[in-house]
Amino acid sequence: MMVLDYACAFQDAGIAGHLVHRIAQAANNPIRIMEVCGTHTMALFRHGIRSLLPRTITMLSGPGCPVCVTEQTDIDRCIALARQKDVVVATFGDLMRVPGSTASLQMAKAAGADVRVVYSAMDAVNLARRQTGRIVAFLGIGFETTAPTVGGAILAAEQLDLPNFCVLSAHKTVPPALETLMAYPGTTIDGFLLPGHVSIISGVRAYRRWFGRCQIPSVVAGFEPIDLLQGILALVRQIQADAPALENAYGRAVTENGNTAAQEVLARVFEPVDARWRGMGTIANSGLAIRSAYARFDAARRFDLAVTPLPPTKGCICGDILTGVKTPRHCPLFGSTCTPATPVGPCMVSSEGTCAAYYSYHEQEGIRP
Amino acid sequence: MKNDSILLDHGSGGKMAHQLMHDLLLPLFRDPVLARLHDGALLETPQGRIAFSTDSFVVDPPFFPGGNIGDLAVNGTVNDLAMCGARPAFMSLGLILEEGLAIETLQCILISMAQALERSGTRLVTGDTKVVPRGTADKIFINTSGIGFVPPAAHISGDQARPGDCVILSGNMGDHGIAVLTQRQGLDFESDVISDTAPLHAMVQAILAAAPPVHVLRDPTRGGVATALNEIALQSGVGIEIDEHSLPVAPAVAGICEMLGLDPLHVANEGKLLCLVPEDHASNALAAIQRDPFGRAACIIGRVTGDHPGRVILSTRIGGRRIVDMLSGEQLPRIC
Ligand code: SF4
Repeated sequence: MMVLDYACAFQDAGIAGHLVHRIAQAANNPIRIMEVCGTHTMALFRHGIRSLLPRTITMLSGPGCPVCVTEQTDIDRCIALARQKDVVVATFGDLMRVPGSTASLQMAKAAGADVRVVYSAMDAVNLARRQTGRIVAFLGIGFETTAPTVGGAILAAEQLDLPNFCVLSAHKTVPPALETLMAYPGTTIDGFLLPGHVSIISGVRAYRRWFGRCQIPSVVAGFEPIDLLQGILALVRQIQADAPALENAYGRAVTENGNTAAQEVLARVFEPVDARWRGMGTIANSGLAIRSAYARFDAARRFDLAVTPLPPTKGCICGDILTGVKTPRHCPLFGSTCTPATPVGPCMVSSEGTCAAYYSYHEQEGIRP
Repeated sequence: MKNDSILLDHGSGGKMAHQLMHDLLLPLFRDPVLARLHDGALLETPQGRIAFSTDSFVVDPPFFPGGNIGDLAVNGTVNDLAMCGARPAFMSLGLILEEGLAIETLQCILISMAQALERSGTRLVTGDTKVVPRGTADKIFINTSGIGFVPPAAHISGDQARPGDCVILSGNMGDHGIAVLTQRQGLDFESDVISDTAPLHAMVQAILAAAPPVHVLRDPTRGGVATALNEIALQSGVGIEIDEHSLPVAPAVAGICEMLGLDPLHVANEGKLLCLVPEDHASNALAAIQRDPFGRAACIIGRVTGDHPGRVILSTRIGGRRIVDMLSGEQLPRIC
């Protein structure tokens, strides 16, 4: 019953109503808040929080959905990997439908590639132990949250001396992207709701340098309704008082230093590299590549995955949506050509994607209590 | 990116499946009964109305906590018939077996089928077996078709929901989907969730006796409660409002869903039904369901309204509101 009790405490209608009231009182002027994390985006919709916020507050969804910020060429490389002989590709389910230039992993699978959905990188290691004779390649797409578990899987494979396990790493880290976002032409953001899961690993200290330079209201928040409302209230207060601070409203899970054991695994297996983000171009030191000491577990080194970059899909404005310049409502394809069943861009595929969230919760209809 | 082949999504019971049906199947097979798209076809015969239904089962793995592909295949067709208000009477069995399947495994599955048939009072009257070379099918696939008789007074169908109806759900959501999922290779879950696979014909007859004006019965299988409610809202041209607070989910199922990012509203059930009944008969229907061994946890989860036709809206625990959509895309392939 632990699960239920815990959820109840942070989903209390009375407390929520009280917080909503205080937010409404505090938000006198139009305020634009970006929730950086895709899980926040979904939670805001799922709990109906958007329907409760005053109209003065605009919530923008940021680049915090790993699948969404992955470049089309990187998706093409995943598909190229799946088409290699004697390769089993193991991936999180989210990636299956993401359109590359000419196909998706799901289509590659329908055409004969061996693509399996797993729920963790360790599942892929176990798969490799069963599939001796074939190479199991895990698609490492995610942020600081998943990268340590993938690093852990590589260390486990090393320990097991598994010759047939490797990872294609397209991992990214959040803080470098925040800085780029601030400078992105056309973005107006009054405050950031910083991701809870990422911060559990990285700690609040990971944002200190960025915050020192940008001085923008920022609050780390959790995922339960009360967490989110508390985070939003703290942001609104900072914004209205014009007193930017880096606040931690998720103290029960996030510390100043974060999970140092996970950080050590990450640092041991990966090294920072420049990475390309969909919609934002190349961001210095925002990617994680596998260190040369673990080269034998690096799919990028083991296989020739050169793909010809093709122009991005016409009409899709995922890039502008990820940076908060536009919302899915601005996209002419939204809901007509582009639906979760027939996605044109990754934001419509991922369960954390902004377009998918707008579509499944019919944001355009503006449901209110 | 153009797609010209069948994807797993097409079998999801969600949006792509609907698309496939409307774009490819219905234009070719034009029949007014088929076009109604019920779980079973209602046919007028000189002897009265009969319900006729077919279903194929490809669940992976074939054995899961709480059942196996055999009782699942019988219960699935029994329930499709029951949702038309019918008493199941006859069934056919089509077996597709992969070369190399252990006879003992097959025997286990058939014994479960025989027991399930007996429980539902259904006779297996015809069948067929095919064996395909190793690798061209996965262990065992089963098709069952069934015929049942519909009592003259029953007028139950997905387009009969009316504003004011209460929506009753007969128990916890998502047990089957999660029970099967936890057995998948590579998913090392410790959990005691068991499938809810069960025949619902007796529950349905009890509902019909206790609350004769019942409007809609639907078993929320693939696509879950959310998809079933959306179908009803669309077919009846009404809105449905449900209350997050009253949605029954076992804590273990809720926990696993949370972890995997699934919404229990979208996870499959194999022994639950949704009953939409006029408000003044709701307590009778609810009591009848709760008296059934498979309906003890039944509760009222919402109401039908004249507002927002075709839409299902959820009031969240904290007093917010959001739309509940059909499942789009395949959440868990080969769940039944
Ligand atoms: S609606 Fe589709 S096409 Fe438009 S931005 Fe979103 S994903 Fe891209």
